[in-house]
Amino acid sequence: MKPAAFDYVRADHVAEALDVLAREGGDARVIAGGQSLMAMLNMRLARPRTLVDIMRLPELARIERRNGAVTVGAGVRQAALLAWPELGDALRLAALALPWTGHAQTRSRGTVCGSIAHADPSAELPLVLRALGGEVHLRSARARRRVAAKDFFAGMMATTRAEDELIEAVSFPAGIGRCAFREVARRHGDFAIVACAAVKTGPGVRLTVGGVADIPVARDFPPLDGSARDDALNAFAYDLDARDDVHATARYRRELVRRIGRELMQEVLQ
Amino acid sequence: MIRREAGRRHAVNFVLNGRPCAGEAEPRLLLSDFLRHEIGMTGTHVGCEHGVCGACTVTIDGAPARACLTLAVQVDGCEIHTVEGLAPAPDRLGVLQDAFRRNYALQCGFCSAGILMSLDSFLRIHPAPDEAAIRDLLGGHLCRCTGYAPIVRAALEAAEELAREARGDLTHA
Repeated sequence: MKPAAFDYVRADHVAEALDVLAREGGDARVIAGGQSLMAMLNMRLARPRTLVDIMRLPELARIERRNGAVTVGAGVRQAALLAWPELGDALRLAALALPWTGHAQTRSRGTVCGSIAHADPSAELPLVLRALGGEVHLRSARARRRVAAKDFFAGMMATTRAEDELIEAVSFPAGIGRCAFREVARRHGDFAIVACAAVKTGPGVRLTVGGVADIPVARDFPPLDGSARDDALNAFAYDLDARDDVHATARYRRELVRRIGRELMQEVLQ
Repeated sequence: MIRREAGRRHAVNFVLNGRPCAGEAEPRLLLSDFLRHEIGMTGTHVGCEHGVCGACTVTIDGAPARACLTLAVQVDGCEIHTVEGLAPAPDRLGVLQDAFRRNYALQCGFCSAGILMSLDSFLRIHPAPDEAAIRDLLGGHLCRCTGYAPIVRAALEAAEELAREARGDLTHA
């Protein structure tokens, strides 16, 4: 339960962090708040040769609302986003989901981008990014690019980030007010057994589910009610390929998807 | 850019419970182990070492944090508070500690150091919390002895007492 040895690099400029990633690639890992990575290091599930600390880079610690989007830099801690005065208006879904993201004692250190980089299938922030159709801003010494959430999450704790790329920021469409969030976990703040977000899209609803498949999965539903709605939700629940694990059975997860899905649909369509 | 090589010990300078403190740490050394083994402050307990149990909670620059999910080299220049800093004098308990004692809010005491540090930083920012807020905060800790009810009671009592102190109301004393 102690990390294997690594070099620790504290970058003073983004270019320095990119340089280390360009030279060392897969042997280097970026550490921000460390609330996911440190546990991986302690359990030796990750054994990087170099750790690059990006938390002393002021240019990454910004939250900006511009041109209809909220951009959250890689150094922004979850607690800082939760305390951002514009959050409820600009990013209501994040305001609903952040209190479920870890505990106060981990949100104080953990970053928004770090949780998205870690890509745990039951984490709330990847779910929010997917539900809102946000983007991940990647930067390497070679180039910059933006990847849509639906193309970023590739599998359980796997993303399409290249080894020399740094997640510089993530951005979310701003001002989506008609949304809802619900989660079931063994203990408030633990990883979700099922987490679900609903966002109003035109006449219908987009439901996004975390904790069931390997990545957060979104599906758009037309405005439905009664048995048509229940059938559509049942089909969605089965398509998620739920598995049994120590926390819950696949059957229980499907039932949560059906029930929470129905509640959130009603809430958002009201 | 600073590069701290693996396998070597590097100087870490920080402020511990209000006093300047220095030690040496390999890059991979956890803050929890640094405090206990290098600095000799064993009040911070180590339970799960992956951020779940909360026993190792300290405050870093005023905010609660898991010492087991923090590297010693990361806190260079930071202000750390541990449970050793809560008592005003070696023979006196702090307000929160005394409320824990009165309410039997601990039995084995393993989780107490972390819980006290979470509550201490929380009550500084939220001087009049309701029970739901305390329970939400305690969600970040595991206690296997008390069933939490006495801890909640102690926290609410301490909050009241701290509020009275802040008002300068000494009639209770």
